[in-house]
Amino acid sequence: MRNKREVPEINAGSMADIAFLLLIFFLVTVTMDVDTGITRKLPPPVEDNEVIDFNQRNIFEVLINSANQLLVEGKPGNIATLKEETKHFFLNPENDPNLPEKKPEKIDLLGEMQVSKGVISLKNDRGTSYETYIKVQNELTKAFQEMRDELSVEKFGTKYDKLIDPQKQEAIQSVIPMAISEAEPEDVGKTK
Amino acid sequence: MGRFREKKSGSMPKISTASLPDIVFILLCFFMVSTTMRETTLIVKVRLPGASEVQKLERKNLVSYIYVGQPIKTTYGTESRIQLNDQFATIQDIQGFVAVEREARDEADRRLMTTSIKADRDTRMGIVTDIKQELRKAGAFKINYSSRKAAKLK
Repeated sequence: MRNKREVPEINAGSMADIAFLLLIFFLVTVTMDVDTGITRKLPPPVEDNEVIDFNQRNIFEVLINSANQLLVEGKPGNIATLKEETKHFFLNPENDPNLPEKKPEKIDLLGEMQVSKGVISLKNDRGTSYETYIKVQNELTKAFQEMRDELSVEKFGTKYDKLIDPQKQEAIQSVIPMAISEAEPEDVGKTK
Repeated sequence: MGRFREKKSGSMPKISTASLPDIVFILLCFFMVSTTMRETTLIVKVRLPGASEVQKLERKNLVSYIYVGQPIKTTYGTESRIQLNDQFATIQDIQGFVAVEREARDEADRRLMTTSIKADRDTRMGIVTDIKQELRKAGAFKINYSSRKAAKLK
């Protein structure tokens, strides 16, 4: 009984200060950066140079040279108008014989839809700057995103990325596939 | 008057601050869990290009990074170089890098792996294309061109 002295209580008042210091240290050192970027899927490597035959009217050619200039369908292009041109090409609203064909396809949830056979062919030079390339990719992505949004609003009443049902997303995707094909680059500018 | 003041001070109970450390520790734990420490030190200069249609990279533990840009130390020249993990690498190293990264992940997660290309905005496309070709050969098809979210492009 004599042994059991009263243990002096440790003052925990400064505990809060210590914890706050630790907290501030973490807040300062930690990087809260969220990684963002444009996602793409690369095609599997092609076996012996097999040439896939495409009807010329189905291809929307975008070329970027080593001076970061655009050539869209044989004419000098501009990044600012690229998105609208892409959309017009892909959707072909007037059924122009020079713009891509459409194939009626039966799609779940949507029924019979006219699916465009258009493909965007992007070709760049080895000397093209990465910034320009990303800008072009961005515009093309935006074009497809907008077309999907428009269709989604028309059919389901919400924007594409607000669709919760994965089946609906798939339906939209099969009507408007992300048809961007990248050709093997050329080294015309010889600026490796 | 005096009596009045006395009554007021008496009615003020002391708030116990004993639970304050616990609250702060919980905050601390939240921050430690939710944030990721940057594990590689950059030896190449990477200023990301801006884009408006960016997507967030989910599942960071399934992402491997390839950095491309000019070396920060000018003694290594001004030619754009590739950085894998903590050192300079060549185009030939990429397939091995992908294999090592794939080996380090769970079998079930391997097909969800993404390669994030963090390239400087002044990089020439030649080197980026070479990387893409190597990734195709290595079977890493999901890629992400890392870019900042910019509201409007100039």
